[in-house]
Amino acid sequence: MTSPLDTAENPEKLRRVVIEPVSRVEGHGKVTILLDDQRKVHQVRLHIVEFRGFERFIQGRPYWEVPVMVQRLCGICPVSHHLAASKALDAIVGARKPTATAECVRRLMHYGQILQSHALHFYHLASPDLLFGFDSDPLKRNVVGVLAAYPDLARRGILLRKYGQEVIRITAGKRIHGTGSIPGGVNKSVTAAERDELLRPLADILAWARDGVRLVAELHRANRHLYDEFGTVRSSLLSIVGRDGKLDLYDGVLRARDADGKIIFDGVEPADYGAELRENVRSWSYMKFPFILSRGPADGWYKVGPLARIQNCDAIGTPLAEEARQELLASSPGALIHAPLAFHWARMIELLHAAEVIERLLADPALLGDDLVASGPRGRVAVGIIEAPRGTLIHHYEVDEHDLVTMCNLIVSTTHNNQAMNEAIREVARKYLDGHEPSEGLLNHIEVAIRAFDPCLSCATHALGKMPLAVEIVDASGALVERLVRDGERL
Amino acid sequence: MSTEKPRPTFQMDGHDVPFDEGQSILAAALAAGRYVPYLCYHPEFQPHGSCKVCTVKINGRTHASCTTPAHEGDVVESNVDELNDMRKGLVQFLFTEGNHFCPSCEASGNCTLQAVGYDLGMTSAHYSPLFPDRPLDASHPEVLLDFNRCILCELCVRASALVDKKSVFSLAGRGIQKHLVVNAESGKLADTELSVDDKAMSVCPVGVILRKRRGFQVPIGERKYDEHPIREVAVQKQKGE
Repeated sequence: MTSPLDTAENPEKLRRVVIEPVSRVEGHGKVTILLDDQRKVHQVRLHIVEFRGFERFIQGRPYWEVPVMVQRLCGICPVSHHLAASKALDAIVGARKPTATAECVRRLMHYGQILQSHALHFYHLASPDLLFGFDSDPLKRNVVGVLAAYPDLARRGILLRKYGQEVIRITAGKRIHGTGSIPGGVNKSVTAAERDELLRPLADILAWARDGVRLVAELHRANRHLYDEFGTVRSSLLSIVGRDGKLDLYDGVLRARDADGKIIFDGVEPADYGAELRENVRSWSYMKFPFILSRGPADGWYKVGPLARIQNCDAIGTPLAEEARQELLASSPGALIHAPLAFHWARMIELLHAAEVIERLLADPALLGDDLVASGPRGRVAVGIIEAPRGTLIHHYEVDEHDLVTMCNLIVSTTHNNQAMNEAIREVARKYLDGHEPSEGLLNHIEVAIRAFDPCLSCATHALGKMPLAVEIVDASGALVERLVRDGERL
Repeated sequence: MSTEKPRPTFQMDGHDVPFDEGQSILAAALAAGRYVPYLCYHPEFQPHGSCKVCTVKINGRTHASCTTPAHEGDVVESNVDELNDMRKGLVQFLFTEGNHFCPSCEASGNCTLQAVGYDLGMTSAHYSPLFPDRPLDASHPEVLLDFNRCILCELCVRASALVDKKSVFSLAGRGIQKHLVVNAESGKLADTELSVDDKAMSVCPVGVILRKRRGFQVPIGERKYDEHPIREVAVQKQKGE
């Protein structure tokens, strides 16, 4: 159910507080808050202010260019777009089943991406809030502060990310924006020397990944009430799961559960996503609002990403991550966890899972094979779905008889979470801002709730550390009453 | 005692460069292992000196080195800041005139324009892009034409007319409106006699004439200019290696 804070009844009589840009997230967004004279919150919205247009300008391009072009959506998770597009276009070249080597190399690339992106988000972007407190000194509340106070932890975060980037370099050709995956398969496999290079640091990576899960679990337990309640809103969940029901971030079928954990739909093939999901448009944001068709736009919104995936699957197929998952589920016996801050815990479980999967893939002889590309009868419609670090990523194309793309629809992970993020910040605003004069620390609470979802607002750029945050308070006539900068200094 | 007459030489950037009678400055320099940047030149075709990237100073005056015959005792300047800056400017003009998006171009790593840009230290297009509207021609079952990347070198025009004897390509229009066209009543490549084995298929220095469905089959690290810089590739090409 959409919160009453979605739209104020008489906005013209309210003053407007703006958080722009939202910091320590990927991309550029802003939050607007409408307050009355008693500082009661009437409206809270997360706006995505960038327009990208990829769906339009990919039209008229040859299909084989698409996996390389669309990955430029993002500098953090280009591999997800690269693979989702390649998987979709497998249908165009008739590669119904990629070769064992192609599947192995692509999976390795993908789990390297999951590992590096999750490490980046937790250690570089989110950990300052969790380790120092939401309203701690903003000069220290950044990765440099973490480096000073917890040097070993920060170093591990950097090395975990580096390892994931190396996996990507070896499989895709470059750490960012490689070309390894092509329609029908891959353009290279992995050499024995490259495999050995990735095997060497793996014991450390696994140990650090386990420590990461332990750290988040301890943070959660140490402040149980905050972690359970902060920005918590109930919603449905969506993800792909493997055909055996287990967690699979590379391939599978769509499954959705309602807020109580009851299955809404299951086993939906990627090509049929349009029968279950729709996208809604609002006038105040460039990001669309997807919803589950059978529930309608008001009630059909849902969460995607680590917390959804961990609870949507039946089990995780790697032992350490499954053990960690059981511990997370035990923290809320018999009920789904909806707390945004639990995303961090789930994210670190997935990071551990990614390390375990990488270990398995490196032991698979198919990784070194030379049968790289499959082909078959030509197709016209292409849908590829993958679980990107931030959630379900859908790429849908149509290609004409001359090999040119005629239609493109992309539903990126953050788009699925649009309503959920809006609802979470409304909940935080209601609880923490109502009746209070906005301060930098209070406004950071809003950002902490957004950050938990690890949004990629533009899927094109990312921000790191302390962005220049300016908050403007404007009276009902639009005149500037007050302007705050991030450190609370009044100008 | 040898009776062979020593080859005449000219001086380029302080080095003696031997040449054969009638040979151009550019051809002689490349044959001697001295790289001069160029775009529209090809050792198998008559040069026409249109891109001007190979401009050098001969005895103090600027000339296109691909069309200027060498003379005994010429003093040639090539690898000097003034000329390299001019060359970089020309390459930047080409980048801004067309739509050259290297990040998603399948010719990236095999593209002479890109390689020359790197060699000249080009880090941005510098000038405001014109963003011309140039639709693709995907009508041919095996060949795609992406006119966005054309630099008007006319190598395909020359190869198709002189080697393939088909005259599939031409340049039309004047000045900034000049553009590559296909010689067919419909204007479509499918209505020409172009075949994938034609010489015109292999001479494009950028990413205009493409074999369909190849895309990014060659991994990063194994593309033409990944393995050898353009300075080496151009010299090897001149020597027929």
